[in-house]
Amino acid sequence: MKNNKGACGLHCIKINHIGVTIGEQVIVDDVNVHIHCGKLSFIIGKNGAGKSTLLKAILDEIPHTGTIEFRAHEDGKIEHINIGYVPQHINIDRHTPTSVYDLIAGYHTKRPVFLRKTKKIYEDMKDQLRMFGAEDLIDKQVGKLSGGEIQRVLLSMAIMDDPNLLILDEPVSGIDKKGMDLFYKNVEELITEYDLAILLVSHDLEYVAKYADEVILLDKKILKRGTAKEVFQSKEFASVFGSLNYDIDKLRKKEGEKTL
Amino acid sequence: MSGIYQVMESILPFSWIQYDFMKNALLAVLIITPLFGILGTMIVNRKMAFFSDALGHSAITGIALGVILGLADTNISMIVFGIMFAFALNKINSRNLVGTDTIISVFSSFSIAIGLVILSQGGNFSKYSNLLVGDILSITPKEILYLLLVFCGTILFWFLCYNQIQSLSLSSSLAKSRGVKVKLISNLFDIFLAVIVMLSIKWVGILIINALLILPAAAARNISENVREYHGFSLLFSIFSGLVGLIISYYINTATGPTIVIIASVIFFSTYIYGNKIK
Repeated sequence: MKNNKGACGLHCIKINHIGVTIGEQVIVDDVNVHIHCGKLSFIIGKNGAGKSTLLKAILDEIPHTGTIEFRAHEDGKIEHINIGYVPQHINIDRHTPTSVYDLIAGYHTKRPVFLRKTKKIYEDMKDQLRMFGAEDLIDKQVGKLSGGEIQRVLLSMAIMDDPNLLILDEPVSGIDKKGMDLFYKNVEELITEYDLAILLVSHDLEYVAKYADEVILLDKKILKRGTAKEVFQSKEFASVFGSLNYDIDKLRKKEGEKTL
Repeated sequence: MSGIYQVMESILPFSWIQYDFMKNALLAVLIITPLFGILGTMIVNRKMAFFSDALGHSAITGIALGVILGLADTNISMIVFGIMFAFALNKINSRNLVGTDTIISVFSSFSIAIGLVILSQGGNFSKYSNLLVGDILSITPKEILYLLLVFCGTILFWFLCYNQIQSLSLSSSLAKSRGVKVKLISNLFDIFLAVIVMLSIKWVGILIINALLILPAAAARNISENVREYHGFSLLFSIFSGLVGLIISYYINTATGPTIVIIASVIFFSTYIYGNKIK
């Protein structure tokens, strides 16, 4: 992908009136989100709040109401949106004979994976993986990678064709603290160096406090949105998570000017 | 056909090649085994072994329905029933009410029971007992042509859609976000599988068809690290067991299908032991 030397901050994505009903049950109710490129937005909420369902609706994977609009700037005309996606996990066994090359080539090339590798695709892929320090993994079997390694491969894959919006489902299992730190470091690099917006479902409030530009507290509908500080100190947040004491200013201090 | 026969007689230095039934069987093996080798890779990856087994069992109902309807060619009723069976099974399974293995078992036993009841009516079942173990020596040139058509179709499908099948089996969300028509591709896979199983069941037999679909791929999986090795070994094991099984069964005068399965099983166990050593 082209490196755009950071986000222009003008592109905007409007997620309008998203609603999902399965059977009689309303899972997501009239969600409106407005995000700009260069911003890292987190969706938080308790289990069953509809977070993953909302992502699936935005990806158009399940039937839903509402629309997603993408404009080059606030009043510009609607353009085609390219959405990248990093799933929480992939279905693969330890012994499945699929290498990282096979995995990526399957999603990104038309040439059947069971044919001989081509040098060009192989080298291009290696360049992509290099960004997250994953170039040595290219010939490894996917089932034998650690959780963190798989996430890095999936991240490089998701940005391969210049998405305007990157949707991430935070990994929940198989990754240790060090892996999670690296994951978020990578995400942060992406947002500062590339021209895209990131929407992330997170289960770990400490990382939310540390990295979020915007936090969306979801329970079927949006309960509260704003900066991490605004949301974490709201009564809506307390009603969902109880009163948690995160010293947000202290958590974010490491990042220099990017404090609230 | 006689041209092909002549070529076979002139290049193969075996005495059995003079029999037309052996030539037909050899051609059939050369068409069926690569197909099984290829499809097997994805059946094993997608954990569909139970599914393909049930599909094989449903063949007997397909034939029974053909007999009831008075069709001259029961292949048609078998294929139509097989496809419907696969879709019905997936539909009920996707509702997630009962475990997958339970649902497949119910479908499988129910359809084989219906088939047996219909075919055994009037005490004539012995006429159909070949279906159970198969009889590749009785295949006719017309049926080889059917197999050849399916062969070409499947190869084309594999070249055009393999990447998408692989993608959706790894993560259907990710596949969908990249524009893969998940439902369509997955249905196409089921249809090809149903057609191949139905067209080969008379030659391979209900009891062992699944072994031939699963074993070569499972053996290849023991020693492969990527998709290319996986396909290569699976094809190799499948064709090898098919050919060797056919020839051995001729000399020791046994049923061909089970002989092939024994060879494939030996390969499976060898690769299993070898694979454990190197990994």
